[in-house]
Amino acid sequence: MTTLKTKVLPAEGHLAATSSGARARHTPLMPSAGMRRLWLTLLGWGIALIIFFPILWMVLTGFKTEAEAIADPSLIFTPTLESYVAVQARADYFKFAMNSVVVAFGSTLLALLIAIPAAYAMAFLPTRRTKATLLWMLSTKMLPPVGVLVPIYLIFRDLGLLDTRSGLIIVYTLMNLPIVVWMLYTFFKDLPRDILEAGRMDGANTFQEVVYLLLPLTLPGIASTGLLSVILSWNEAFWSLNLTSSNAAPLTAYIASFSSPEGLFWAKLSAASTMAIAPILIFGWLTQKQMVRGLTFGAVK
Amino acid sequence: MKFAYAFPLAGLALAATSAAQAETITVATVNNNDMVIMQSLTSAFEEAHPGISVNWVVLEENVLRQRLTTDIATGGGQFDVMTIGTYEAPIWAERGWLVALDDLLEAYQAEDLLKPVRDGLSHNGSLYALPFYAESSMLYYRTDLFEEAGIEMPEQPSWEEVREWAAELHDPANQLAGICLRGKPGWGENMAFVSTLVNTFGGRWFDEEWNPELDSPAWQEAIGFYVDLLGNYGPPGASSNGFNENLALFSRGNCAMWVDATSAAGKLYNPDESQVADRLGFAPAPVAETPKGAHWLWSWALAIPASSDKQEAAQTFLTWATSQEYIELVGETQGWTSVPPGTRESTYANENYQREAPFAGFVLDAINSADPTDSTLEPSPYIGVQFVGIPEFQSIGTQVGQTIAAALTGDTGVEQALQNAQRATARTMQRAGY
Repeated sequence: MTTLKTKVLPAEGHLAATSSGARARHTPLMPSAGMRRLWLTLLGWGIALIIFFPILWMVLTGFKTEAEAIADPSLIFTPTLESYVAVQARADYFKFAMNSVVVAFGSTLLALLIAIPAAYAMAFLPTRRTKATLLWMLSTKMLPPVGVLVPIYLIFRDLGLLDTRSGLIIVYTLMNLPIVVWMLYTFFKDLPRDILEAGRMDGANTFQEVVYLLLPLTLPGIASTGLLSVILSWNEAFWSLNLTSSNAAPLTAYIASFSSPEGLFWAKLSAASTMAIAPILIFGWLTQKQMVRGLTFGAVK
Repeated sequence: MKFAYAFPLAGLALAATSAAQAETITVATVNNNDMVIMQSLTSAFEEAHPGISVNWVVLEENVLRQRLTTDIATGGGQFDVMTIGTYEAPIWAERGWLVALDDLLEAYQAEDLLKPVRDGLSHNGSLYALPFYAESSMLYYRTDLFEEAGIEMPEQPSWEEVREWAAELHDPANQLAGICLRGKPGWGENMAFVSTLVNTFGGRWFDEEWNPELDSPAWQEAIGFYVDLLGNYGPPGASSNGFNENLALFSRGNCAMWVDATSAAGKLYNPDESQVADRLGFAPAPVAETPKGAHWLWSWALAIPASSDKQEAAQTFLTWATSQEYIELVGETQGWTSVPPGTRESTYANENYQREAPFAGFVLDAINSADPTDSTLEPSPYIGVQFVGIPEFQSIGTQVGQTIAAALTGDTGVEQALQNAQRATARTMQRAGY
């Protein structure tokens, strides 16, 4: 186990290179194998750079002046913090960031609390209608959100939920619930039933079964589901722009306030966007291993 | 030593009580330069009015429009001051969504506001929004290129002359376009310009029975001219250029001429933002058949929604931000070219402004000569120069804008594009019950 780990680890992050690299160590090196490995590595890097390029360009633009940002694209410039200063002077970043954190994590926790029992019931005690229920839940994602904007706005107005974090948490929870239930359902279904049965034989009730057996065994899956839900809530812009004004506005509203069809604003917009994605980017880096493990969890039996 | 601690504490306590009493108003606005300055001067307002503190919601124009419409139509009451344009003001006033501003104080000097702007923000004789800044459109050109080519700019250029000059000056090898115009589809983007062009070619959006006239000879001629002019002598990719893109192109020296908002003048004259500040000339917007409606009138204004429960505080803010004192405050702190233009006679009478902004008198004339109630050669049933003041126009304008952009890129012929536009508009109007 440990040898396998040490072998795989150095190549992590270059998935394309991993398989050929591992094979290269076991087979006698042929001249073409080295070349192939090189090509695959280059290809892997190339694809990664293409995917990452817009983000890189945004970060770079944030350090330019407005005039440089709108001039012909160039990699050579004197970095300046001008835009960051201007952006911070106009709006309090930390207020927006705090709202994003509370809303994204709050809605994820709430969604998990509702979805774990639901997915448990669907995975281990299915009825004739379980499949249909699952599909029906997913169908709610097919409705364009703007279609229900006015009814939800009216309900929120009457309940006093407009421009509150709790209001956003409720909407995000409902928005992500279908995906969270679906993901948990597939993870739970992969768990051998015998393990739960063994627990029951030992006298565990349903609650103990879930807490002591199901949750620890499927933790990577739950973690990656939670992460996905956090990221989806963090990036959601339609509801956050429409249901908040000043008190509960998250980072999406913060970015939106720097965009305009009149005047020069690219550098400021880029600086604001960089600041808005920074927390979730760092969070993603830290939890990358969990995510990949969760997403491939149960893929190989 | 103890006293040293006591003072800041007392200060804190005072600050806490005043904060507790302060009424917080939420102001929704667009992210345009003049509004950014207003935001940065918030503290000056709060100092002068300790009982009121201001929260800002800043959004991009289209997002803001949708956001405000949702809130005001449902009576959400999320905003106390809204930034709206001359398009929304009368429509929203008619529906009873806005508070009438009839009881303005003498000190505000409402009669100092430019008449066409004030009329544009009124409904049934009552003022419903106070103008923050206003603009018309005009022709910008490069004096150095015109001199080189020996062209003299007449007092009132015609579109035919503009085409000749564009053909002469067009020099794609040196990245110089003969003319830059809006091409990006949208009712507030390409259609703002196209509507003025159609007006001056003698066309109109609707006849007096509200029948669309988009396939009329005047429209054919105007759009044919536009596609030919911008397609042959415009910058590459003109169909994706809006105000911003053209501003960047012109200020970098890539356009010989540009017809667009007068509010660009301040930016083009600012050497920090523009490389052509010392070679900039301006003329009235070109005309063809008729001078009527050849240049537009637009104003960004502040209004109070009827759903706000802090209307008094909101009005205090409104009258501050659109007052003469505010304009002076901006002039003194940000420089006179940065003052919000086009709203008050007194701005144009100000010596500082006249000295710093050589385009001032010119802009004043353009605004004063724009008449939203009479902007077409043949009479039309609607109010508005570059738009039609009915709620349906947002979708009609944007749809027609797309078909015209398609004609510009050559995806469809001009005639075909206008037939499509006519059909779509007729359908929308029929559904809306006209």
